[in-house]
Amino acid sequence: MALINYASREINSKIVFYGPGLGGKTTNIKYVYSKLNPSIKGKLISLATELDRTLFFDFLPVDLGTIKGFNTRFHLYTVPGQVFYNASRKLILKGVDGIVFVADSQIERFDENIESLDNLNDNLKAHNLTLDKVPLVLQYNKRDLPNITSVEELQNILNPRNEYRYFEAVATQGIGVFETLKEICKQVLKALA
Amino acid sequence: MQEGINIFEQDFWSINDAMNRLLQGTHAKIILLIDREGQLITSTGDTSRMDTSSFATLSAADFAATSQLASLIGEREFSTLFHQGERENLYVSLVADRIILAVIFDNRTTLGLVRVKTKSTVAELEKIFRGIFNKVRRESGPRKEIDDDFTRMAEEEIDKLFGM
Repeated sequence: MALINYASREINSKIVFYGPGLGGKTTNIKYVYSKLNPSIKGKLISLATELDRTLFFDFLPVDLGTIKGFNTRFHLYTVPGQVFYNASRKLILKGVDGIVFVADSQIERFDENIESLDNLNDNLKAHNLTLDKVPLVLQYNKRDLPNITSVEELQNILNPRNEYRYFEAVATQGIGVFETLKEICKQVLKALA
Repeated sequence: MQEGINIFEQDFWSINDAMNRLLQGTHAKIILLIDREGQLITSTGDTSRMDTSSFATLSAADFAATSQLASLIGEREFSTLFHQGERENLYVSLVADRIILAVIFDNRTTLGLVRVKTKSTVAELEKIFRGIFNKVRRESGPRKEIDDDFTRMAEEEIDKLFGM
């Protein structure tokens, strides 16, 4: 949960990018890093393997500036998507304030999206959390590829009651990246008030 | 669900006071207080050349991973960690199960002194934080300053900064 320090006037919130392996979580965060003004971003930390697969997490602090006297900051994290890194995923969800679920639109990755969303629910439970309590935004990534599932079908399976906002994205080109980030940041701040 | 940590002025100054006394008593270089979710609460010593956000996140990750290692060998928790470098060392302790106290020191002091002095500071901080956690439970939720007006201003700022 967010840390609110009334003495040093700081609010820090944690946003986690979740989803199946190779779905584009790190690409999202790297694009954000490449586009943000240096004065509002911190260092991008990646604990990755030699082959650039996320091992533990990526981390990027983003400073929103001072709002009503509070220095407001978002800490963006990604989790490792590969199935066998579940212990790391669980640890990173600790204290989460908002989640972006990056789904891979490719037809052959359809089942992995479902498994990853189930895994998210399980791991939240380990922290006594549920998706009713934590803001979630869906991102349907890789919309530029030829062999993709339709948005309707993705919605039917991942968001059947249309409870969560979703965005179509091509994270490698930055399409939909900031739209997704904007939405989750707003939902997190709304939940604070 | 675990509540967020809301720290008010009086507690904040008591925390800083305890940390400053530890800094002076041990001749350590920097002391940081971090929550287990990786957010820096406060620090003392010269942090001007340090990336404190990254340090806080990685310390929390370090502690989280180590605590899983502890459970794999049947321990509930490793309550302290020590990393030894050529010049700089890091001594990390857990406070009230939810906070990490990280002491960075060099050869102007010794691990023994740091360990002894840190132990009493941890006890002092635990008392303060137990009070903070109880207060959060009683008051449940942030003060009125984080209101609709705050949300509106924050949304405008998000649109401005991320409107690319």
